[in-house]
Parts: sequence; C-alpha cells; structure tokens
Amino acid sequence: MALTGVEIFKLLPKTNCKKCGHPTCLAFAMKLAQRQASLDACPDVSEEAKRILGEASAPPIRPITLGAGDKAVKMGEETVLFRHEKKFVNPCAFAVEVKDSMSDDEINKVVDEVLNSEIDRVGQKLRIDAIFVSNASNDAGKFESVVKGIASKAPAVPLIISTNNPAAAEAALKNIADKKPLLYGADESNAEAMANVAKAYKASLGVTARGLDALSALTEKIKGLGVEDIVLDSGARSAKEMLEANTFIRRAAIKKNFKALGYPVITFVQRDDKMLESLVATLGVTKYSSIVVLSSIEKWKNLALFTLRQNIYTDPQVPMQVEQKIYKIGEPTPESPLTITTNFSLTYFIVSGEIENSKVPCRLAVMDCEGLSVLTAWAAGKFTASKIAQFIQESGIENEIKHKELIIPGYVAILSGAIEDKLPGWKVTVGPREANGLPAFLRSKV
Amino acid sequence: MAFAAPKETFSGKVFEVIIGTDKTAVFGGENVLSFHAFEGNVPHRPVIAYEVQDIVPDDWPETVKKVYDSVSGDPVTWAKYCQDTLNAKAIALRLLSTHPDRENRSPEDAAKTVKDVLAAINVPLIILGSNHAEKDSSVLVAVSEAAKDKNCIIGKAQEGNYKTIAAAAMANNHKLIAMSELDINLSKQLNILITQMGFDKEKLITDPMCSALGYGLEYTYSVMERIRLAALTQNDATMQPPMLADVGMYVWKIKETQASDAELPLWGSLAERGITWEAVTAASLLMSGAELLIMRHPEAVKAVEKFIDELM
Ligand code: SF4
Repeated sequence: MALTGVEIFKLLPKTNCKKCGHPTCLAFAMKLAQRQASLDACPDVSEEAKRILGEASAPPIRPITLGAGDKAVKMGEETVLFRHEKKFVNPCAFAVEVKDSMSDDEINKVVDEVLNSEIDRVGQKLRIDAIFVSNASNDAGKFESVVKGIASKAPAVPLIISTNNPAAAEAALKNIADKKPLLYGADESNAEAMANVAKAYKASLGVTARGLDALSALTEKIKGLGVEDIVLDSGARSAKEMLEANTFIRRAAIKKNFKALGYPVITFVQRDDKMLESLVATLGVTKYSSIVVLSSIEKWKNLALFTLRQNIYTDPQVPMQVEQKIYKIGEPTPESPLTITTNFSLTYFIVSGEIENSKVPCRLAVMDCEGLSVLTAWAAGKFTASKIAQFIQESGIENEIKHKELIIPGYVAILSGAIEDKLPGWKVTVGPREANGLPAFLRSKV
Repeated sequence: MAFAAPKETFSGKVFEVIIGTDKTAVFGGENVLSFHAFEGNVPHRPVIAYEVQDIVPDDWPETVKKVYDSVSGDPVTWAKYCQDTLNAKAIALRLLSTHPDRENRSPEDAAKTVKDVLAAINVPLIILGSNHAEKDSSVLVAVSEAAKDKNCIIGKAQEGNYKTIAAAAMANNHKLIAMSELDINLSKQLNILITQMGFDKEKLITDPMCSALGYGLEYTYSVMERIRLAALTQNDATMQPPMLADVGMYVWKIKETQASDAELPLWGSLAERGITWEAVTAASLLMSGAELLIMRHPEAVKAVEKFIDELM
C-alpha cells in the first residue's frame, strides 16, 4: 500500500541537504507520497530505504505488455475501483478466439476480420487487439502449424496461445518467441512445466484455478518458479461469477495490496447468442477485465464495444470539451443553416444529436468557452457578442457559405443585436432555448 | 499470504419502490452495489418498461419503428401489444403530442389517453410528459388526477416545474421521477426540494439524465455510480431513491442507430448495430446502478433480460 509522506520521511537521510531540489527531506517526502517526485533525485538514500519504497510504490496491479511493436497492448497498472476517482489506465484488450480445429478458410476469415477491424472514432484508432488461439484439436503439431500460419499472416497482432499441454505450448511458442505472446493455461497440474515454457520463450503466463483462494496460491507458486508476468483467470464464466471474482480481485489488489492477485485479468465471454455476448463483454469492460475473449467480431458488435471502452476509459478529470471548429452535420450545402453553441462536450453531443435528428444538414459552429455550457459561458463572459463575432470572422466560414445568417441558442437571445452590430451584414436569428426544440426549428427553416 | 474475500457491507440501502395496482412491479431495495449479491441483499431484478408514445413515432429509425408499425397509430393498441405480445413488465407512456412543437395537445386530451391506456392494461404505467418544462407542469397535473390511486410513476419533475408536478403526484398517490442534468449535487438538491414539500422520499425515483453510448454515456455512468456510493457509504437518504435510465430516447436518435450499412460499411449491419447500441447502453447503466430502464426495441430488451438472468 502507498506510504504516507511521514512514513517516507522516516526512511530519508534527514540531512535537509537540498540536493534533491527540495528545501527539506520532509518536503521531498511529501512530493514522493503524491507521486510527483522520483526517489532517484536524492543521492544519499540508503539501499534499505530504496527497497522498502520500491516495494511500496510498485503499482498494485502489475504492468504487463501483450505483444511487441506498434500493436502491443499494455495491461494492468490500475489504481482505483471507480472511474470518477481517477482515470482507468490501460483500456482492456479485445481478443477473438480461433480454434486450431477450424478449417484454414475459417481461420483465415477471422484473421482477416481482425486485420480489417480498425475503426477511427473521435480521433482514436480502435481495433480488435489480439487473437486467442486455442488447441481444441489437442494435437501439438496442428497447433504449431496454425499458430505459425496466423503469426505470418498477421505478424503485428498480439497472440494468446491457449493450451494446458506444455508440449503443445512449446511447439507453438518456439516460432513466435520474439512476439511477447501470452501463454494461457497454467493450472495446478502443470504449473511447473508451463512456467518453464513461459520462461524459455519470454511469454507472460495466464493461470487458471477455480476460486480465488486456489488462484492466489497458484500465482505465488508460479512467481516462485520465476515467472512474474502473470494474467489471472478466476474460472468465472457466468456474468454473476465474473462480477464477483473481478470485484474481489480488483479490491484485494488495490485496497489490500494483496500481491498474489495484483495482476491483469482475462475474461471469457463467448456465447452462442451474440447480442448477449456483447452485454457480458460490457460487464468485462466496465468491471475490471484487462482482456475480454470474444467468440466472434462482427463489425456492429466491435463498434459498440470499442465505443464503450473509449467512454469508460476517458479521463474524468479532463474538462469535458470538444475542439473549437465548425462541424458539418449531414452534408451541408452553401445554403444550409449555420448554428452556434459552446464547446462543453455534453452541449455539443446534445445539440449535434438533435441536429442529426432533424435530418436537416447544418453547420454547427462550436466555440471554445473552456468547456462551459451556453448559459454558464454567457454568465462568465466567455460567450459574448464580440467573442462570437470574432470567432465567426476568423473561422473563414464566410467563404464557404452563401448566406449570412447565424442561429444562436435561445438562452442568449439577448445577444442578437450586439452580434449584428459587430458582424456587419449578418442576420442573427434566435433559435430554441433547449436543444430538443431544434428539429422543429430547423425543419421550419428549409 | 492467504486470500480473504474483501467483502464490503454498507450502512445505507436503496429504497424499495412498488408500482402498479393489479400486476405490480418492484425494484430497488438492495444494500450493495449493482448485482453485488455476494456481499449483501439484492431482493429485486431491475425493471424494464417498454416505451409507448401517444403520437406515431415518425422520427424513430426504421429498425425500431417497424416493430410497432401495426400498433403505433394508437397508444392503447400499442400498450396492449407491449403487455400481451412482448410481455412487458411495465409500460412507459410518453405524451409527446403535448409538446408545443409537436401537436400541442391539451392536458385534457392527455388525461383521456392515460385513462384509456390504464383501462386496457394491468401492468404498471409510467406516465411521461414531453420534456417541455412549462407544458409538462400542466399536462402532468391533469394526468396525475386521471390516474388517481393507480400507483403510477409520474415524470419528469425538474428544477423549473417540480412544485406543481410533485404536489399532483402526492395528492393522487403516485411515485415521481426527479430529473436533473448530470450532476450529483443537482440531483441531491432536487430530491431535497421535493421532499421539503412533504413528498415521501421513498416514493421518488432519481433520473440523473441518461446519455447514449458514445454520446456522454460515461457522464451518466459516473454520476450514477457516485449517487449509489453516496446512498450506501454515507447512508444519505436524499440519494437513496432507485435510479432511472431512460435509454431508448437517447439511443434511437444518434447516428449509430440510423446510418445505413451502405453509408458506413465499417460500422456493420444497421439493424444489429442499433439493437446492440440500445442493449449495451442499458447494460452499462445497469452496472452503474440503474434499477428502472425505459427501452424501445424488443430484441434489446430480451438481450438485457437475459443479461440480468445471468447476473442474478
Ligand atoms: S537530497 Fe535527500 S537528504 Fe538531501 S534534502 Fe533531499 S531528501 Fe533530504
């Protein structure tokens, strides 16, 4: 568990020599406690103190990387249970299962789907992150050739190799040792052999046991065998079991600093009913899974899950703002209406949603008001006639459209005259007060 | 070190709310976070109400509009269809025709619609205005009277109109939705204002305002989580009413539920995309604490019911 400033202070040299750039050891200790300084800055700290502080400051959930290169996925490092407390750190990875018993055509189809799964959403590139290859055939040779085939077809995609047979694991891993795969399938019966294979090929190791007691005993054992990059499978398969296990694992790691469960979690949500599978995956995304294994990756399902992951993993402390610019909604022509609002992201979402709803193509000028809503921004002097006029002039919109009419939110009707004064030649029209009045308003304009 | 399950128990508990008179529905009552039955008591499943409108839903996307094509011309037929064919546990009747920008129908018209619907169904009824604060304050008063003693939910009372609506709900023995805009403090304040009028806090339902997946869902998600944590950890009675997620109306107006496959081939099949969008929005808000959902597409409702089956 994180140490307090005073606890850290007791471990420092207490000479107040200032070499760390802080006036006193205590001041430096306080910065360390807030994770705003690094212990390296003090040249005189003892080895003993380094060890204690190092252990205490290790993240409660071990950071592990799946795969190598551009498409590698970082997992773990979470620090909270609820996203309003602090940003969730590493978005969970989506993996799709491929069984080595499937035909080559079927396998190629899924691999192609993974390779073509990338979608750009709000400036982020989102994709299916990994392929989970399982040794359903129980044939080590078959497994080896399927893994090899996938690795050559999709060299950048991280792989999860699933088998509880150490010989099959070795056969599969020996060709992909440079890819930092996850070997999944260590259990009580094969722990030692699997740990050896993982070590030999520098893979991280997925361990599974029924129940968290058994699972913690197993991770301790595997750590003792020299494998530290561990991923947990609690054995939970129903939504109910998953919620319980994932909650206990996250709490134990973060609140109790229980090291034996301080690892990322892999969750299996495969269902025959694909819609239900999306919802169980929703549970994984919202409740602490680091890898969610899916049975299929239809585009509609991917889009919903990518969007959810993006929503849940956004930083709650960053002001809710969108970029200042003139957004096109639908396919506006030079004659289409021009409306304006502030850059509070909720305002933007609601207004743009209602404009879309109206089916009237439009331009929506979103003005930087430091993330305030229309009324608040107006009250704070950020959404004023002169600032609006300046924004419209500097935007260059006059060259893009054939009219000079600006629709302003009903709440700032009072600004219409002043804007017209400052924007010569423009007509200002007062729109509805609430966004839900926009569809009727816009339809009446065209 | 041996593992000890880090269970958490709380002093607070969510109020249990019963609606309806003939067939009733009950939600809330838990003393733990959503579906955390492993450390406390979760006595009831969340309730999903089907949304019905008193106006043909021309602005709904095809995927969901076509489901109701044969019944949506008349709210009574539509409500009966949801109850009898779709096995709705509750109906949410949205009186959209009363909106001044729609048909601007009178409170008396709305009251008649409510009476007709009530006469035709035996599951609980949620009666919603058009979300026009001023108009709702007259419409919701009239419908509260028309539904007297039927133990409905009336909504939504907002900062600007709660007094008349809360008084009418109280006088006619209904439950009441208190809605504020995505801010835990505003939610708390509105609940306090309403209870200060003498309205029983155990008859309230908090609506912290819904948002669709991809369109601010994370705000609703976190406000709900914070409200629920305040109810449980601080035993804050003003935060203990169950919560509503009015999912359908936020989901079925965004691009992801409307844009065709041809237009956006990367987004996959429109029909499944729309249904999944509604179901995933609903499922994530269940995880953050909602106990009452209002939804539109039967396939989405079915999927969410199955998800709840797996969680209970
Ligand atoms: S450098 Fe080390 S000993 Fe010197 S003041 Fe900083 S913390 Fe204290």
